[in-house]
Amino acid sequence: MLPPAPALVTTAGGFLLVLSIVVPVAGVLLAFVLGERYVRQVASTVVPVGLAIAFAVLVLLPRSDGHLVYLLGAWPPPLGVALRADGLSAVMLATTAVVICAVAIFAATDFRPQSVEARAPFAFWILLLAIWGALNTIFIAGDLFTLYVALELLTFAAVPLVSLDGRAETLRAALRYLLFALLGSVLYLMGTALLYGLYGTLDIALLSHRVNADSGVLIAAALMTTGLLAKTALFPLHLWLPPAHAGAPAAASAILSALVVKGSFFILVRLWFDVMPGLPGLAAAQLLAALGAGAILFGSVVALRQERLKLLIAYSTLAQIGYLFLMFPLAFGASGKLESDQALAGGLLQAVSHATAKAAMFMAVGSIYAGLGHDRITGLCGVARALPLSVLAFAIGGIALMGVQPSGASFAKELLLQETARTGQWWWAIVLQAGGMFTTAYVVLVLSHALAPSDQPIVLVGPAPLSRDLAALVLALCSLFLGLLPWDSYLPAPSDAASKLFGIDALSKLLLPVLGGAALAILLSPWPHPLGSSAAWKALMRVVGPLRRGCLRFGSLIERGDEVLRQWSAAGISLLLVSLLLAASMLAAN
Amino acid sequence: MNIATVFEIALAAVVLGLAIWTIAVPDTYSATVGFIAYGLLVALIWVRLDAVDVALTEAAIGGGLGGVLLLGAAARLRDTEAMTTEGPSLIVRLSAAILSASIAAALAVTILLLPDPAPTLAPAVVANAGATGMTNPVTNVLMAFRGMDTMLEKVVLLLAIVGVWSLASDQAWGGRPGPRHQADPNGVLAFLARLLPPAGIVVGIYILWTGADHPGGAFQGGAVLASMWLLVIMAGLVDTPPVRSRWLRLILVAGPGLFLAVGLGGLCFGSAFLAYPVAFAKPLILSIEVAMLLTIATTLGLLLAGAPERSAER
Amino acid sequence: MSAVTVFGLCAAAAVGLGLYGLIANPQPLRKIIAFNLLGSGVFLMFGIVGRRGAAAGFGNDPVPQALVITGVVVAFSATALAIALLLRLFQIAGSTTLNSRAAASARSDPSGH
Repeated sequence: MLPPAPALVTTAGGFLLVLSIVVPVAGVLLAFVLGERYVRQVASTVVPVGLAIAFAVLVLLPRSDGHLVYLLGAWPPPLGVALRADGLSAVMLATTAVVICAVAIFAATDFRPQSVEARAPFAFWILLLAIWGALNTIFIAGDLFTLYVALELLTFAAVPLVSLDGRAETLRAALRYLLFALLGSVLYLMGTALLYGLYGTLDIALLSHRVNADSGVLIAAALMTTGLLAKTALFPLHLWLPPAHAGAPAAASAILSALVVKGSFFILVRLWFDVMPGLPGLAAAQLLAALGAGAILFGSVVALRQERLKLLIAYSTLAQIGYLFLMFPLAFGASGKLESDQALAGGLLQAVSHATAKAAMFMAVGSIYAGLGHDRITGLCGVARALPLSVLAFAIGGIALMGVQPSGASFAKELLLQETARTGQWWWAIVLQAGGMFTTAYVVLVLSHALAPSDQPIVLVGPAPLSRDLAALVLALCSLFLGLLPWDSYLPAPSDAASKLFGIDALSKLLLPVLGGAALAILLSPWPHPLGSSAAWKALMRVVGPLRRGCLRFGSLIERGDEVLRQWSAAGISLLLVSLLLAASMLAAN
Repeated sequence: MNIATVFEIALAAVVLGLAIWTIAVPDTYSATVGFIAYGLLVALIWVRLDAVDVALTEAAIGGGLGGVLLLGAAARLRDTEAMTTEGPSLIVRLSAAILSASIAAALAVTILLLPDPAPTLAPAVVANAGATGMTNPVTNVLMAFRGMDTMLEKVVLLLAIVGVWSLASDQAWGGRPGPRHQADPNGVLAFLARLLPPAGIVVGIYILWTGADHPGGAFQGGAVLASMWLLVIMAGLVDTPPVRSRWLRLILVAGPGLFLAVGLGGLCFGSAFLAYPVAFAKPLILSIEVAMLLTIATTLGLLLAGAPERSAER
Repeated sequence: MSAVTVFGLCAAAAVGLGLYGLIANPQPLRKIIAFNLLGSGVFLMFGIVGRRGAAAGFGNDPVPQALVITGVVVAFSATALAIALLLRLFQIAGSTTLNSRAAASARSDPSGH
């Protein structure tokens, strides 16, 4: 959290914050000028340096009272712009660095520069570095307008990645993404204008001391929140996400799904917890969590009905984004005041574990696609034998995501469940558990196809370099062991919450989602299962047949609803509705 | 009601009328023309709001170059209008209209209820102007107090170039952007393209130079230079440079590159990143602005030219 | 009525019109134009805020002015990128619809909403 009094001096080690922005940006400029085969060389120089900077911040932060501050140009706010890092920033900086590093290793073969400069590698490496610079700026900028510029930087770097292969389908996805993201940033900018008009500063720390429950502030908050939701693709503002994330090259999908949507989410967290702590009120927070619950339902059910693996993962991202928003009401006490930081820690931890696990899963799917030449789920039989490491990376990423101990997701879920008990909001506990089961369902579904034996041997159409699989595997393992890290020096999370690794209690926590997930997978997935001809399966179908038919009908209904909501005009109307509802609930609460 | 108020109300009414026309008219080309007229009149509003720097920027970049960009696209897409599927249903349009109007109403109320006296940083800008030796307050904010935003925004421009170029076909990579223009060498366009640029370049540089103390600066000057360059290209007198050209790329990163270098100089030898030593503040800022002028002019021109389409060899 | 009131209402109306056009207009180019209108409304809001903050001999607070200049350049780049995408899409697919289903199936399905 930010300091109680706005810190107006540069702290020792604050220059690290400058470097974490300047190094990737310098990489962008250098790679652009040098071009040709140097593009990847520049990237492979910048990546380790950036990683070192992120870890230096991680080491230094606890030793300097948990904050690093740097006044750019030595101008103090409100006239100047400050960079500030707290525990949240440090965690996100490190996560980003690790994921970028893994993706860079994964992409090294796909985007190998030729002796004559080629289009795709040139664009990919420059955009990768640009995304890194933009995200780092988002994590440490202390000024709302600098955050706006960083958000635009992020969008401008992400959109061309979507259409890198130049097919009409991906161009269309990129254009939809760009236009909707621009709508989001304009809404954010509107709120910024109002806040400057009200308080004469855009500095986060100064604003947090000046804001009070004026109607103008609440309207600004509603507009900014909605804009950021559009950029984060929270249901029902997700029209752009599935085609964009599924159509991009695997390495780009990993970055887009794991990191880019977290950028706008992080600004939203800053807005609600730092700029105007608790001001938006419990009712608006409940609305956000309700949209999150909608995202979990729609994202998961539609994911289970996808035929293509990349689309399944993209819809899973949609559901996981919803999961991130469950923390908002849990951070408010019964009095409607912001009480607990533990919910915030849980939400951020969930973001970190999703970033690592989802990047690993997209990379594994990329390897499978490259190996098989397709990513149809029903055509995956035998792939575990042909590409064991890719499937292993996918499995570990999936297991980490569904919240098996000691993964980051399980720790996050534990923290959030404790908060539901503390604040008496039992309904979110149900959603949390259901979200875990749904995650298990699509992971189990994919694995059951991938692990099934195949009649014919699989012929691989593309190379399967070891480095690609190792990058995905390491990242998946990171996610699986996140729960063991000492989080309490960075996030307000009690270290004893994750201690119950073994025992009856832990076993029941493992079995419940697994069994529930398997049941959901059987009931909601329309695809013929590889074991479909076995006697046991037929016996099972005799029992649950009618129920499954009902569930499938429900699933197709949800899918059709999703299609309607992804129409441009429907999404636009939802956007305006969400902003008005947020404004109304905020005004009513104050 | 005095004469100024009458003028302001009339101006606002015309601007609003053009905005409605832009949204409502069925033909896209007419909508584009309407938007350009709207942009020019909005520049007048900015003058009335006593923000001449913004008025120049809005007229040059928002209305002028933006208008050229939109008109070009509208001309190329003219034949597609018939193919577009019909618009959303009446219910959709009606609900969109009601919701948009509610948001506009909420904004209007909020703007009218902003606190009095309004908070302002103008005195702080004046008090610190001595540190840069320049008296144009907007230039001071852009180049000194909020230098980081300006530097990052230059990177945004560069990324837009990367994004536009990334849309080329693989065969055309490295080649020249846009179609090769051919105009009658004795025609009006070629005549203008020979007549205007010398004056335009002087005007562009003057706008940059005067920006230190008066309204103007790198953005506005860059837009003027870009339009001169485009004029010469469209008259077929010169061709767009191939995107492989090392010189072109150096110019495209010159602005942010020099900004970054000066910033790092401040980090290593001065008081902070992006801090200028008082004695050298003005020359340093001016040299960054010169580099930015070149970068902005080239970037804006290339953004209008589009993705590489032809191989570099003629 | 002061200039702030008149132009403030004008800015809010431009925002409303831009939002409507961005949502209800089916052609992408019209959406891009509407985005520019929307953006210009937001920039005007900064102008109103700055005008209200006139002090120290300036008729308009220089900080919001600088923010607008940065914003105008960003909006222009966004327009350029969007138009480049649109033209490329048209070149490859022969149509500019954003609706992937309508593009995928030759017969356009009006049951979309």
